[in-house]
Amino acid sequence: MQTDYRDERLVQGVIEEIHKLTTQPWVLMEICGGQTHAIMRYGLDQLLPSKIELVHGPGCPVCVTSLELIDKALAIASSPGVVFTSYGDMLRVPGSGRDLFSIRANGGDVRVVYSPLDAVKIAQQYPDRQVVFFAIGFETTAPANVMSILQAKRLGLKNYSVLVSHVRVPPAIRAILTSPGNRVQGFLAAGHVCAVMGYWEYPAISELFHVPIVVTGFEPVDILQGILMTIKQLEHGEARTENGYPRIVTFDGNQPAQAIINQVFTECDRKWRGIGLLAGSGWCLRPEYAEFDAELRFSVNQIQPEESPICIAGQILQGLKKPKECPAFGTLCTPETPLGATMVSSEGACAAYYRYSLRSQ
Amino acid sequence: MTEEFPTIQGAVCPIPLPHQEKIMLGHGSGGKMSHNLIQKYFLPALTNPILSVGDDSAVVQLTSNTDIARLALTTDSHVVWPLFFPGGDIGRLAICGTVNDLAMVGAIPLYLTVGFILEEGLEIGILERILQSMQEAAHESGIIIVAGDTKVVQHGKADGLYINTSGVGQINPNIHVSGANAQPGDVVILSGSVGDHGIAVLQARGELGFDSEITSDIAPLNQLTQAMLSVCPDIHVLRDPTRGGLATSLNEIAHQSKVGIIVKESDIPVRPAVAVACEMLGFDPLYIANEGKLIAIVPEDAQGIILSTMQKMKYGESSRVIGRVVADYPGKVLLITGIGSTRILDALSGELLPRIC
Repeated sequence: MQTDYRDERLVQGVIEEIHKLTTQPWVLMEICGGQTHAIMRYGLDQLLPSKIELVHGPGCPVCVTSLELIDKALAIASSPGVVFTSYGDMLRVPGSGRDLFSIRANGGDVRVVYSPLDAVKIAQQYPDRQVVFFAIGFETTAPANVMSILQAKRLGLKNYSVLVSHVRVPPAIRAILTSPGNRVQGFLAAGHVCAVMGYWEYPAISELFHVPIVVTGFEPVDILQGILMTIKQLEHGEARTENGYPRIVTFDGNQPAQAIINQVFTECDRKWRGIGLLAGSGWCLRPEYAEFDAELRFSVNQIQPEESPICIAGQILQGLKKPKECPAFGTLCTPETPLGATMVSSEGACAAYYRYSLRSQ
Repeated sequence: MTEEFPTIQGAVCPIPLPHQEKIMLGHGSGGKMSHNLIQKYFLPALTNPILSVGDDSAVVQLTSNTDIARLALTTDSHVVWPLFFPGGDIGRLAICGTVNDLAMVGAIPLYLTVGFILEEGLEIGILERILQSMQEAAHESGIIIVAGDTKVVQHGKADGLYINTSGVGQINPNIHVSGANAQPGDVVILSGSVGDHGIAVLQARGELGFDSEITSDIAPLNQLTQAMLSVCPDIHVLRDPTRGGLATSLNEIAHQSKVGIIVKESDIPVRPAVAVACEMLGFDPLYIANEGKLIAIVPEDAQGIILSTMQKMKYGESSRVIGRVVADYPGKVLLITGIGSTRILDALSGELLPRIC
């Protein structure tokens, strides 16, 4: 689809500006998996000065969902009488020894939905079956996931529940900046996350860690604009939070959405696949909404699997390594036989490299 | 299993099942999983030189006299759901799918057989509508339905009905079309917009969440291919980009012919409604199924006459050149993006899944 934000001349214009401005090497991280894919899909990395290195962040909800939660999902999905609903990408992600595809191939009722409200409709259609929605994602998917719970409550549904695996961006940025091996000097914040949450949480991070953060969109021109603004700050020794996506994002964000999120969710510690436990980095259901908690309904709290030592997805998710640095990349590990979540998800950094990058093949 | 990967350091992910023990939906996607299933199980079990060619139809020589026409044979099963969707139905699909498989090896489709698997409880009125649609499609393409079979299975054992069609066609002696014949310097022509059929079916399933005017492009393409071959018998490759879409078909050709193919994104037509639906769902139209489009790979000097011939035909009006065959990058397809960069255009992997955000 052609839009002005994919216009070749506009792209070239911003690229030229970036080339003019860049005098020394800089390492930037784009937070969001959608941005990683756009960068690879449009080959933006080929057009940038070689001094600019883009490292890919942990902003792929599929990649960072913990093994523990995936195993819980698999246990619930294979329980008799359950209709397990999920966003499509999650079906491919491996738990311990199986994935949702295999549950489906073994007769489990696993369905892809485009919106959690569709899962609520399924619960209305099948009053005698338990319908569970795998509520994963960052701040972006939270309002819709919360709406499904409010809708189920309003309808008095007793057969709808959610397996919550929500994660938040700001704690992840803090974790990356405090990591001893950190190389990231500037961040492109995830535009759609900020559309919901605003960017009021970020200036404190910019100040504390002296790091530029630029709210960035997803089209080629948007991403390049974000890079340009970040480089400009770095070259001038500045470290502010700026909005490079003002047509969508405001400082305060979508306040009605934040209000319903706060009504249903509360901050909690969350385990990130490949990164570990980050304090206050997730959202969980408030006690008032415990009746919709699939973990309680299906008693899967005891599931605590161990990750096995194979791929370097964790280091990739933290921006410490690039997909090409993995010895398994493209040989043992491909989208058909993924060793790690970053190759599984269509938003994962490894999958983006495998699909689009000429240099990697 | 970890013993197989001793050189890899680091700690994070489990090894998932490679799905080698059971059939998954992804094995029917037309992408790499389907390809692997054929290579690993079907070909070794059933192998012979004719089957191994890997074109849309098998081509057999009935006598040793090469001046006599060869026979094209193919078979195709249809399990689309819902049975009716904007622009077509399973009956029209069953005829056009087989007619097009014959047309893509340069054959004139002659005769067709039909096998029905009907589910107990299917309304006779639905069967009548589908039969009517099959007769209309057969009439349009000129193929004659000469034999059939019907089986009925218990309620719940099929989705209304499934249809298998098998066809035979005649290939004139001077025609040699194959996915293995693309040569460096050739030009890649596409007969129209991509993604219409797949999105129309998704819409009919109610999965778009909105209405649009997208209709399937199902059409018999044999008159188009015959017109093209009559002005240029030396067409190298014909292929209809069905399951797996344009990207997967181009990869198959690059692989079969051991050449590279470079296409330009801005030259590939996508209807605005299809583009919008794909954007919203996180699909790429280059991976969405088509049922009435073809890719032609032709010698450069014949490009003018073939294009003008195609553009005069009903199903080829929007034909255009989308790329070239090159000697570099054998087995790979490269895409020049709308902003001028170049990237790999890979084949579809497994099942096409919508993205999360």
